[in-house]
Amino acid sequence: MPDMSVKICGVSFKNPVIAASGTYGYGMDYNEFYPISRLGGISCKGTTLVERAGNPAPRIAETPCGILNSVGLQNPGVGRFLTSYLPRLKKQNIVVIANIAGNSVEDYCKMAERLKESQVDIIELNISCPNVKQGGVNFGILPGSVAEVTSQVKKHSDKPLMVKLTPNVTSIGDIAKAAEGAGADALSLINTLTGMRIDIKTRRPILRNNTGGLSGSAIFPVALRMVREVYKCVKIPVVGMGGISSWEDAAEMMIAGASAVQVGTANFRDPFACIKIIEGLESFADSLGLKSIAELTGTLNEW
Amino acid sequence: MRYTQEFGKILNKTEIAKGTFDVILHSPEIAKIAAVGQFVNILCDGFTLRRPISLCGFNSEKGILRIVFEVRGKGTEWMSRLQVGDDMDIIGPLGHGFGLLDSSKKAVIVGGGVGTPPLLPVAQFYRENATVITGFRNASASILQDDFAQAGTNYILCTDDGSAGIHGLTTQALEQYLNKNTCDIIYTCGPKVMMHGVARLAEEHKINCQVSMEERMGCGVGACLCCVCPTKDDNGNHLTRVCLNGPVFMSTEVDWDA
Ligand SMILES: Cc1cc2nc3c(=O)[nH]c(=O)nc-3n(C[C@H](O)[C@H](O)[C@H](O)COP(=O)(O)OP(=O)(O)OC[C@H]3O[C@@H](n4cnc5c(N)ncnc54)[C@H](O)[C@@H]3O)c2cc1C
Ligand SMILES: Cc1cc2nc3c(=O)[nH]c(=O)nc-3n(C[C@H](O)[C@H](O)[C@H](O)COP(=O)(O)O)c2cc1C
Ligand code: FES
Repeated sequence: MPDMSVKICGVSFKNPVIAASGTYGYGMDYNEFYPISRLGGISCKGTTLVERAGNPAPRIAETPCGILNSVGLQNPGVGRFLTSYLPRLKKQNIVVIANIAGNSVEDYCKMAERLKESQVDIIELNISCPNVKQGGVNFGILPGSVAEVTSQVKKHSDKPLMVKLTPNVTSIGDIAKAAEGAGADALSLINTLTGMRIDIKTRRPILRNNTGGLSGSAIFPVALRMVREVYKCVKIPVVGMGGISSWEDAAEMMIAGASAVQVGTANFRDPFACIKIIEGLESFADSLGLKSIAELTGTLNEW
Repeated sequence: MRYTQEFGKILNKTEIAKGTFDVILHSPEIAKIAAVGQFVNILCDGFTLRRPISLCGFNSEKGILRIVFEVRGKGTEWMSRLQVGDDMDIIGPLGHGFGLLDSSKKAVIVGGGVGTPPLLPVAQFYRENATVITGFRNASASILQDDFAQAGTNYILCTDDGSAGIHGLTTQALEQYLNKNTCDIIYTCGPKVMMHGVARLAEEHKINCQVSMEERMGCGVGACLCCVCPTKDDNGNHLTRVCLNGPVFMSTEVDWDA
């Protein structure tokens, strides 16, 4: 059987399938379906410096082949993340990615300091969450501010840094290069695309927040194109996500250039989605006669 | 492993009112550990999100579940087209259900419309010590009357248009009941305005009341924080997950005005 492990910014994952931030909590809920230690890793719910209540419900609306969400970063804050959630998760023998979000460069740096010497394996810098009014997405749409926040956090952190990009930009390649130039160790993409749904009877948006982030199969082709574009612009590893719901999707993403993938919305429909993707990728790699799944990355033969 | 994904074979399906279906599933793993007031999440072909539907009954020895649902939109419409012998892809049992006292205690159960099904097992637990008040749009929309009667409960039917039972709201019937009688606990499930009315009456009469809340869901297991309900306690206000910490809450926990 092929070696399923991958190495990203010095961290070894037992396989390239990671649960996407915000869709998988701190893992313990899905641990009630199967041992989450079977996953390559988990990116935890976006964490902020202080606790956040998030947006009022409804926070989710269904769309053709996808969903919109407007959770708004409800989380217990970095302090309780470290004391209550991280220790339990680390016991599951799984790579833990801390997804952090802030309202200012200072917030991000303070969080990075708090995570120093913790059991967190990688920091995922969420500069792309569309559901927070101040900050959040603002950092992610301009190359200058992406570079600024990336380089500052690097200074305050002893962890590998993965910068998570928003697709809501004109040139994702420029943003990717800015993050790489400022010291990012890896990139992950894409976060959700901003969207909306309306209840025609009440003529009100379904989401209480009016708009939300689109995820699920609907965004897969967009995500794939962006991962490809970014892969061609940078040398650091790229973690691909956005609408992956089958091992075939995951394989496409890796062929396009992803060193690993994250799976989010697909877990809602099929709680075993990640497991099926791992198993499917393994037999695919086997059928190709690959020694290692990592050999798949970036093997696209473009026209 | 608290949750199971199972293909529940449909053993029986009946349209008990126009657009409302009563379905019996063979689902032994979920039935084994199900509790009163819990729900399952049902996969609908062609949709990203599963549909949450309460358990209207379960029998762990026979390995069966009973669900009653109304066609509200495209997903429930798809569910209604399944036939006996088809499989339903379900995950469960989900959520924190109703707390039951000793069955000799007096319970009042108030259900509105398609909120009534999860209350049937509660009625079957308290039997003759339960008074059940259910409300529907009209006589033809009313469901589960025979089941509540068979459970030996004191059963009061209300309809909005007076086409069957009392012409009026369940909350009016509850108010009248509480003016003459008392009880140890109240259970309610139905439209939010109705549950809020029930919660107010329970508070006025200083009776504990459990409410089963509804919210749009993503994962159904507590991971995504999509399904929150405003709640309050000594530590302040919170947004609490309906799928994990609910759907059943104490009426005083819910922040009705938020
Ligand atoms: C814990 C719980 C238990 C429930 N138990 C029952 C039951 O026993 N019988 C029954 O008939 N109905 C029940 N419902 C309501 C049922 O889930 C909705 O009617 C159903 O999801 C509508 O799906 P649809 O595809 O037909 O509607 P659409 O409007 O097409 O659905 C679009 C999306 O919105 C969601 N949605 C729409 N209305 C609701 C709602 N009222 N609550 C939650 N999500 C909604 C759907 O799940 C779907 O994701 C319950 C809801 C919850 C939260
Ligand atoms: C309910 C929900 C909550 C999310 N919360 C976060 C978050 O806190 N931080 C973050 O970086 N991304 C968050 N995301 C985005 C996902 O991590 C992922 O980038 C996006 O959903 C695309 O992948 P998918 O189509 O596989 O879900 C969230 C997505 C959903 C659906
Ligand atoms: S639906 Fe995901 S937390 Fe409740």
